[in-house]
Amino acid sequence: MSAVVAEHDHHDHGPAKGLLRWIITTNHKDIGTLYLLFALAMFFVGGAMAMVIRAELFEPGLQFVDPAFFNSMTTMHALVMVFGAVMPAFVGLANWMIPMMIGAPDMALPRMNNMSFWLLVAGVLLLASTLLMEGGAPASGWTLYPPLVLQTGKALPFAIFSVHLLGISSIMGAINIIATIFNMRAPAMTLMKMPMFVWTWLITAFLLIAIMPVFAGAVTMLLTDKFFQTSFFDAAGGGDPVLYQHIFWFFGHPEVYVMILPTFGVASTIIPVFARKPLFGYSSMVYATAAIAFLSFIVWAHHMFTVGMPIAGELYFMYATMLIAIPTGVKVFNWTATMWKGSMTFETPMLFSIAFVVLFTMGGFTGLMMSIAPVDFQYHDTYFIVAHFHYTLVPASVFILMAAGYFWLPKWTGHMYNERIGQLHFWLSAISVNILFFPQHFLGLAGMPRRIPDYAIQFADWNMISSIGGFIFGASQLLFLYIVVDTIRGGTGEKVTDEVWEDASKHSLEWTLSSPPPYHSFTTPPTSIPTEHI
Amino acid sequence: MKKTKQLSAGLTLMAFGLGTAQAEYTLNLMKGVTKVSNDIYDLHMLILWICVFIGIGVFGTMFYSIYHHRKSRGHKAAQFHENTTVEIMWTIIPTLILIGMAIPATKAMIELDDVQESDMTIQITGKQWYWDYKYLGNDIQFESHLDEASEKVHRTAGANPHSVPHYLLNVDKPLVIPVNKKIRFVLTSADVIHSWWVPDLGWKKDANPGFINEAWTSVDKAGTYRGQCTELCGRDHGFMPIVVIAMEQPEYDAWVEKTLAQQKQKPDLSDQSSGDLMAHGESVYLKNCVACHQINGAGIPGLVPALTGSAIATGKWESLDGFLRAGTAKMPSFAKLNAKEFAELMTYVRNNLGNKVGDTLQPKQTALPDDDD
Amino acid sequence: MSKDVANKNIKLARTLLLVAVAMFGFGYALVPLYDVLCEWKWIERDRPDDIKKVPEVAYQIDRNREVTVEFMTTLNESTPMKFRAEKKQLKVHPGEYHTVNFYAENKTDNAMVARAIPSFSPAVISRYFEKIECFCFSEQTFKAKEAKIMPMRFVINPALPEQYKTITLSYTFFDNTEKSVKK
Repeated sequence: MSAVVAEHDHHDHGPAKGLLRWIITTNHKDIGTLYLLFALAMFFVGGAMAMVIRAELFEPGLQFVDPAFFNSMTTMHALVMVFGAVMPAFVGLANWMIPMMIGAPDMALPRMNNMSFWLLVAGVLLLASTLLMEGGAPASGWTLYPPLVLQTGKALPFAIFSVHLLGISSIMGAINIIATIFNMRAPAMTLMKMPMFVWTWLITAFLLIAIMPVFAGAVTMLLTDKFFQTSFFDAAGGGDPVLYQHIFWFFGHPEVYVMILPTFGVASTIIPVFARKPLFGYSSMVYATAAIAFLSFIVWAHHMFTVGMPIAGELYFMYATMLIAIPTGVKVFNWTATMWKGSMTFETPMLFSIAFVVLFTMGGFTGLMMSIAPVDFQYHDTYFIVAHFHYTLVPASVFILMAAGYFWLPKWTGHMYNERIGQLHFWLSAISVNILFFPQHFLGLAGMPRRIPDYAIQFADWNMISSIGGFIFGASQLLFLYIVVDTIRGGTGEKVTDEVWEDASKHSLEWTLSSPPPYHSFTTPPTSIPTEHI
Repeated sequence: MKKTKQLSAGLTLMAFGLGTAQAEYTLNLMKGVTKVSNDIYDLHMLILWICVFIGIGVFGTMFYSIYHHRKSRGHKAAQFHENTTVEIMWTIIPTLILIGMAIPATKAMIELDDVQESDMTIQITGKQWYWDYKYLGNDIQFESHLDEASEKVHRTAGANPHSVPHYLLNVDKPLVIPVNKKIRFVLTSADVIHSWWVPDLGWKKDANPGFINEAWTSVDKAGTYRGQCTELCGRDHGFMPIVVIAMEQPEYDAWVEKTLAQQKQKPDLSDQSSGDLMAHGESVYLKNCVACHQINGAGIPGLVPALTGSAIATGKWESLDGFLRAGTAKMPSFAKLNAKEFAELMTYVRNNLGNKVGDTLQPKQTALPDDDD
Repeated sequence: MSKDVANKNIKLARTLLLVAVAMFGFGYALVPLYDVLCEWKWIERDRPDDIKKVPEVAYQIDRNREVTVEFMTTLNESTPMKFRAEKKQLKVHPGEYHTVNFYAENKTDNAMVARAIPSFSPAVISRYFEKIECFCFSEQTFKAKEAKIMPMRFVINPALPEQYKTITLSYTFFDNTEKSVKK
């Protein structure tokens, strides 16, 4: 332990030279960059898998892949996107931004920070290696339900071990973030002055510490059931396969909030800057985030309405789930009120943020529809739910990650991105994401189950439209890759100011540092705290 | 051309929200043919309209603001950042709306849950990858597999799915029920978790190994209703559809009588021509073997051995017969097949799928002395 | 970073790590917790261990009520057995003792260890369905080709709420031979 958290002493020198810098670095900006680039790479890997899925579903009949491989693709697409792309991207943002936002020189536990990144890489590579194993990669869906998951070939123990690594990495990242926020703030930065992004990450980090070990426990039980004759989920030995689902969703529901709470934080950071107005209802935003996090622990079985629960359970989980609409509604209303009577401009980060508010709300609506247990008996496990959670992940979490990229890239690199290509990227993404996912509502309502490689003729047209949307969306993301590379290499050549966006330094501390910021953020704590966001 | 027209009709409907849908172009949830499914539909529409209404309010405000409160129009930013009254309002009003939604939802849930006072019980067992139905009141029991036409097309590269009626939504033996009777289903599984869903009945329910779940229906209208397995259950999850035929009582009674008589009949063990053996053998193969050994007998490299050129398949038929009946750790026993099916299957496997043993096996040869299944 | 802050960081990290370890334990604690919630009939159906052997006591027989008990038999993973209840259904009065025979046969040429897992519909019935004798209390061993008649003696507790008129009792036989060899 002491080796990991030993005091570091880097104040006086800059980065190491060459490639080694990136391997041994303990600097929050370097590690943040590593996380973000890794997440971007995984976004394309997971995206390529999605393209395989959409290509196969372009027309009825089996064209390209075998059904077993198709199932591996849906499973791996989800695991890679969740654990390889979205979560690491937010950890990367946290690494970059939290010390700069709270007036700290670096993260609290820099060596652990390095270790958690490399464990993530190891975990994802191990997961990817299962694609080459006998019997193929896991093909039981990212939920890994037994008994189906126990039919996985050689890959099973490797997939489980990879989940362990990813879990340890996330827990270490979360511990680091909590320690940084609690111990490293500038003296003037009180808790209720912290930017929303810091608040949402603080709450997310607690969620991670609470749930990742539970997931690790669940998959360990799978492992011992398969290889050591335990019977946690095996009815033959007195266990129950449905028990796994309860444990999984005890993890799984907070897990989806791990991906959405920091999203809320970034949106609450960007929208006020471009509305040139303070965030509306700062404290209610904090309380709503905490309320959503709390509720996430007591609603898990709404993923299991059709599994066969007694009526008391069905009704309880229905009521509890409906409650989530209240704090989530508060957030949406607050963002709307922040824009109201503002002086808005629509640079790319703002465009993505507005699209997030609108499209995430649509995902929220379908979420509310599915909270109604009897109606969920129709929606469950159809394309309706696929549409729902993609609306809450792609035009929400992913769009906000894009927004964050455009918003902070000039600060990180000191270069301005190409606004015209940025706007093009936005419009292509925002239109195609709807062509991709909106028709999936119709497919689900019309009766198309999820996770099928081939479908009845009546589902053909909407699937084809959805696939076309998918291909456009996938191709548009190459523009983002281009912009990131281009900006790092100099962008438009325009020298950006310290605050980059008009009056941004009134909102948050990072804009008071130079662009790009010094290797160690705040060597002396700032004395005055911008309070525009409060 | 027709397609384009339908598509534009669909898009128009989409533009007007989820309106009345055309029969072949369902955009909305189907109403179904039971009271419960209609209640669920009404609930769905109620919440949908609430969402549309709230959406218009929120997005309307947002877009008004985006249009009017922009810097390029010279709008100066106000500096307010809280308003307790407004904040309390937008907490309380949604709460009231939610309570309003919870009341009909609770009613529907209780209705859905009440399986008592039923007229008959049917056991549904999910298996990889077909359904097994058993009527607990009489002795009717049968397996329900994907129909042969769909089976052949979805397994053959380049085959045209449009040529198959009800592609992937048709079975060899549908479940038959009487109309206007409360039918209770008890669901279980013999391997992994499956889920039984017919949208027209208004619900789906998981089939868990070792445990039973229950559900019920009472169909108002005679007709054929189709559905699918909705819980990922492995490789052929997409290929285990459900077909329910609801009949008027007299027709149903006749069906029961006929089916029972058929079930009691001993298999016809008379000799068949080799062409018949091969044709029937293909049907048996498509139901029982194709999921693993594939349509061309090639198996799955690394997982399932090929039948083409296999020593077991092309060796002595007696040992093949014994092998099929016993099963192995990886292959289930096929002792459930009767002598006729064994003869047909073995003849097919030995003389098709790239094999040319050249023999024909007749049902009398493969009959076991105590073959009473 | 000053020594002071570094020490604070280490302390906090240790505490949080302990929380994470405790949550791993909590994952396992969910297993018995689940049994408790099942007992309350809140989130789940009956568990096999719910169905305990009870001594035979004389109940007041409720002749005004009749409950139809259906029997359902399933073989998991095509276990090579024959398994059926000798009666498909039975009409019983609550408080009245009955014995139903189940027939099971090992169709293989090897010894077999199998376990029958019971399940009820509606799930709440398991609370009122009392078994005095049952083949599901323990694993059953079959010799090669052995056939057994296995009695199951039960009573429905007269406390059964009025609304339950049809109940289904399901048994699924699982082949545990391989598992018991490994153990």
